[in-house]
Amino acid sequence: MSTTLIAVVGAVVVLVAVYVSWRAGRLDRLHIRLELARESLDAALVRRTAVCLELAASRVLDPATSLVLAAAAHEARTAGTEEREHAESDLSRTLRAVVDQDRFRDRLSADPAGRELLAELDTAVAKVVYSRRFYNNAVGVTRVAQRRWLARTLRLAGHTEYPGFFEIDDDPPKVLAAG
Amino acid sequence: MRIGIVCPYMWDVPGGVQVHIRDLAEALMDDGHQVQVIAPAGDDAALPPYVTSVGRAVPVPFNGSVARLSFGFLSAGRVRRWLREGRFDVLHVHEPFIPSVGLLACWVARGPIVATFHASYGRSRAFSVASPVITSVLEKITARIAVSDAARKTLVEFIGGDAVLIPNGVTVGRYSHAEPLPGWDDGEVIGFLGRMDEPRKGLPVLLEAFSLLAAEWPRLRLLVAGPGDAGEVLGRVPARFHDRIGLLGMVSEEDKVRAYHSVDVFCAPNLGGESFGIVLTEAMSAGAAILASDIPAFRKVLGDGEAGALFATGDAASLAREAAALLDDPGRRAGLSEEARRAVRKYDWSTVARDVLRVYETVAIPAGVEEDEES
Repeated sequence: MSTTLIAVVGAVVVLVAVYVSWRAGRLDRLHIRLELARESLDAALVRRTAVCLELAASRVLDPATSLVLAAAAHEARTAGTEEREHAESDLSRTLRAVVDQDRFRDRLSADPAGRELLAELDTAVAKVVYSRRFYNNAVGVTRVAQRRWLARTLRLAGHTEYPGFFEIDDDPPKVLAAG
Repeated sequence: MRIGIVCPYMWDVPGGVQVHIRDLAEALMDDGHQVQVIAPAGDDAALPPYVTSVGRAVPVPFNGSVARLSFGFLSAGRVRRWLREGRFDVLHVHEPFIPSVGLLACWVARGPIVATFHASYGRSRAFSVASPVITSVLEKITARIAVSDAARKTLVEFIGGDAVLIPNGVTVGRYSHAEPLPGWDDGEVIGFLGRMDEPRKGLPVLLEAFSLLAAEWPRLRLLVAGPGDAGEVLGRVPARFHDRIGLLGMVSEEDKVRAYHSVDVFCAPNLGGESFGIVLTEAMSAGAAILASDIPAFRKVLGDGEAGALFATGDAASLAREAAALLDDPGRRAGLSEEARRAVRKYDWSTVARDVLRVYETVAIPAGVEEDEES
């Protein structure tokens, strides 16, 4: 009788251990996915800023447009964690104001350098939209996993902080959206 | 002289730069010059005949707030056409640091270009990223004017070099005559004009002094014109005096002039920072008896107390003492008023415009302003 009990208890312990380690492994994989998504979002934002700065310095724009764009890109590049969402949203708004001007795309496309920059901008803007969506998905799943009773009780997340969504206005300019 | 003036901000939206340009343009025209202005403006804005619209300005984040600016190829094209048709001797741009029509005009023009700098920035992150494109455009400016020491300092820090200082003018004639506001035409009124919630304007000092005075002067009233929170203002004064305070809030240009004519003593209790007291020169034009804080800028404008009485800055007791002395002495008030009207003449736009004209004459060349083919 006692051997049966030991066997049952042992089986339960093993099952629990397997379950816990499976949950922990899953959380770990989610954290890795989240980390990768964060890096790709960061890369997309940095790249968008870089294209904006290059466009601003390219001499294909008039100086006022250059200055508006350079100022917004500079704000985005130098913003701390706290202000970053705000600064990136401002850059999106500035880009819309700049690119949505009448005949802007035609004017830029007339110049080979301008055409190239416009294509690059198109890609960079789209990638910000995608990578932010993927990042926020990863945040959502990770948050649910971290909030589970087991994860909280056994501190499966370790020192990983509770992830926050990245909320910005990243609507692309009209001509890019259509193009 | 044929003069082309470029305004970076919406003509039909009130603002200091717009008022400056309007007054300067009109003073120059009164002096017999031909003046054209180009500015962004709403589609249905009623513009004076000398103003050409460059189209609507676009709201865009700039330097920490949302500004309405006019940029882009289309605007540049309109400035170019205006420049070609105007055949100006001198081009006068305002705020060329702002990415709007002023910067565009510098870009498309070549020849004598005068620039006036209005704003002062603690820092301009926008300008710290200025690309060679912008620097090369700004290098085309032949003469620089700053409207204040602060604006001049900003300029020196950002692009180096210096500027001549020509302060804002005041159109004295616009203020000299007006009827008092209804209900404010009988005796013993102290007046204040400015933002109620900006501590540097010093309203709390005046409110404290008024609380001291009101007990002794049963007919004394306080007239406050300017935007801000009324509750906060009244909270600083005992409740029994509340019905003796009139808060007008934001006032129209016309009511502002009438407010100057409704007071026996006009008080400017600023705690500092005011590099040029535009409110003070307006009150002087209206011939108000002025009581101002003893900050250097005010002391200078008021001729060391000849054109207006002074009190110790930030000191409510001193303000109350001086105000009581003025209220007691109509003869002294009349003397200050007369001296103020005389002293303000050197700040009149006709005088200031003559200084600006000297700058134009210094840089003008026979070829005048041409289109820059490289832009």
